[in-house]
Amino acid sequence: MPPRQSTKAKLASTSLQPGKGQAKGDKSSRKTKKDEDETMEYGDGGEDWMGRPLLKPPDQLELSETELKEEITRILTANNPHAPQNIVRFNFKERVYKHVSIVEQLAVHYSVDGHLLHVDSDEARRQLSKISSVGDTTSVVSGITEPREEEEIEETENKDEEGTEEPEATDIIESEAKEEDVEKGGKPKYERKIRNQFNFSERASQTFNNPVRANGCQTEPPPRANFAATASQWEIFDAYTEELEKLESKKEKPKAAAVKKEERLTKKKQTTIESQSDDISRVAKAAKIVERMVNQNAFDDIAQDFKYFEDPSDEFREQEGTLLPLWKFQYDKAKRLAVTAICWNPKYVDLFAVGYGSYDFMKQTRGMLLFHTLKNPSFPEFIYTTESSILCLDIHRVYPHLIAVGFYDGSVAVYNIHETTNTPSYMSTSRFGKHTDPVWQVKWQKDDLDNNLNFFSISSDGRIVCWALVKEELVHTDIIKLIIHGLCKDELENLQLKIVDCGTSFDFHIEDDKMFLVGTEDGKLHKCSKAYSSHYLDTFEAHHMAVDAVRWNPFHPQIFISCSSDWTVKIWDHNIKTPLFIFDLHSAVGDVAWAPYSSTVFAAVTSDGKVHMFDLNINKYEPVCVQVVVSRKKNKLTHVQFNPVYPIIVVGDDRGCVMCMKLSPNLRRQPKAKKGQEVKRGPDVEIAKLNKLLNLVRDPDIKPK
Amino acid sequence: MADPNETKKEETDARRLQTFPICRHSDMTEEMKVETMELCVTACEKFSTNNETAAKMIKETMDKKFGSSWHVVVGEGFGFEVTHETKNMLYMFFGGNVAICVWKCT
Repeated sequence: MPPRQSTKAKLASTSLQPGKGQAKGDKSSRKTKKDEDETMEYGDGGEDWMGRPLLKPPDQLELSETELKEEITRILTANNPHAPQNIVRFNFKERVYKHVSIVEQLAVHYSVDGHLLHVDSDEARRQLSKISSVGDTTSVVSGITEPREEEEIEETENKDEEGTEEPEATDIIESEAKEEDVEKGGKPKYERKIRNQFNFSERASQTFNNPVRANGCQTEPPPRANFAATASQWEIFDAYTEELEKLESKKEKPKAAAVKKEERLTKKKQTTIESQSDDISRVAKAAKIVERMVNQNAFDDIAQDFKYFEDPSDEFREQEGTLLPLWKFQYDKAKRLAVTAICWNPKYVDLFAVGYGSYDFMKQTRGMLLFHTLKNPSFPEFIYTTESSILCLDIHRVYPHLIAVGFYDGSVAVYNIHETTNTPSYMSTSRFGKHTDPVWQVKWQKDDLDNNLNFFSISSDGRIVCWALVKEELVHTDIIKLIIHGLCKDELENLQLKIVDCGTSFDFHIEDDKMFLVGTEDGKLHKCSKAYSSHYLDTFEAHHMAVDAVRWNPFHPQIFISCSSDWTVKIWDHNIKTPLFIFDLHSAVGDVAWAPYSSTVFAAVTSDGKVHMFDLNINKYEPVCVQVVVSRKKNKLTHVQFNPVYPIIVVGDDRGCVMCMKLSPNLRRQPKAKKGQEVKRGPDVEIAKLNKLLNLVRDPDIKPK
Repeated sequence: MADPNETKKEETDARRLQTFPICRHSDMTEEMKVETMELCVTACEKFSTNNETAAKMIKETMDKKFGSSWHVVVGEGFGFEVTHETKNMLYMFFGGNVAICVWKCT
């Protein structure tokens, strides 16, 4: 077959192949291309080993180098250039010729039918059945030839994965020649699914089945209720008649109702007004707490000092101590007024009352009563303004909301903090035994026999009056009149002129509540008893000027202290006419106070702005601390008070400023404990301590009773 | 002659007055009660001759407005004892001779 084919090809290619045509002769056509064909001729000889000769069509253009290099741009389009562009067809629907816009651009240049058959097609089935029938017979007959043929089959089929198997039902049935091979090889089987013949592997897997779970819940059924009734004509009728009656009665009453409504409205208005006024008071407590918190933050360092600071320098001093200034209490409206009285609240140790007024008798103005607390140094807790100067005050021990106040104009009053009003709950009037001169001191007493609250007052008019709070008013009883006996009797006129002694201060004995001491303006001290209104138990020629304060020792029942404007502080035994100690402070002494923690410690304030602290146990002659505490030199100190619990004192000056000071450790030093001995505390120890001191001073001839 | 006229007048008055609804028992909220009563009045006026259709209308409207399972009884004489969901019960008279009971219960 191949030789025939090659001749055929030669025949076919004679017209195309100049090389071969040359051999046969056709010289006229070839003469023009002689040069180029030379190479061809050489190549002709070596056809077998040089491969195919280069063939050129005879009508090929001869191009020069430059022409060959010239670039010719062509654009290939999908449009068929030979397709007609103006086809007109007859439209049977509209019965007119119409231009067809869409033209078939497809041009078929070459087509050839394949020799492949689809497996499912009828032809393929037919051929398959034919193969199977033939194969069976041949395999039986030609047993010897089988192996060879099988090899052949293997060669043809080795592209398949399952080469060892007999040829399967092929998807593609090739030429008939091949068909014959297949026929011989085999037993064609049923059609199988064709797999990827190049890269196939079979795998199996199963997903995990979640176990089934049951879940149930039940809601609470909506609430239900039962209702039963019977509807009948008479019941309905009754209901209607009742309703009608109601309507009629309503019509009769509209006027009355209107009046009531008005009343209600007015009531409502009243309540709204009340509630409005309460609006601020509702937040008052919270506001107060916040205010205190803010103050605590603002004065944090002072608060820390108050609680924890102990002057470390005291360790290096033997006796002297210092005062550490803490808070300053000031109030704008009380700036011009002098502090005339200070009293700690016995229940709340952080609260104290301060009375403001004026000691200048030419410039008497108003007075003020303020309550300061250590927890809020910036603003007073309670504020009361008075028309007259306050000169003294005292807080009741048992009922700390009651404050007795004495005024410059001679009246006394009792304020109740519980009441919201700005006026005193009790006020003495001129009709009922009011003092005619300034009240210098007031002091609460134990309840009297009728269980009425009562207090004493002393005034420049020489009277000492007991005031009892009976129901709504103050009932007064004159206890004693301070009269200077025998000095001034106008015998000529035979008139009994009584010259009164001006009382300026008093103090009641701690144990014997009948006995009390009175200090007067001319410097005398009288020991009096409530039982005898006419005369004194004793009189001390104490000072040369007015006695500003007199106080019993809180521990020792016989000892008291007095101070005066004559610059001196004196300590007395009430059985001895002469003072036990005399201290000259070089300035008018405004006030003196015993310390609550020691029988031998007291503090005095002077008008030159100094605080003098004495501890007789340490130094019998010199103060253990003298410190100027006022801001300006002009300011005078007027009063001093120890806090009953904390080691602090408050002092007031004549410019309305109250200072709080902490005592350094030296000022509150207790006797040192000897080894193996417990430090005794209590009043007995304090008394013994003071007695021990006094024994040194006392005149050995005069023995105490 | 005057007397019968007067009695007639009174009767008509009574009838006229007795057209308004009276709520005998209700535990509904005020808003719901007013709405339900209006509905009952319109239904009974619309189907004044047929209580059954009136009841049907009330029931269906109530089902739409307040959720399903409403029950309605409309009649001139009946007795009942029902279990109802709280806040969903109305028993009223209307027109002088009709009692209407509306309640909800699943």
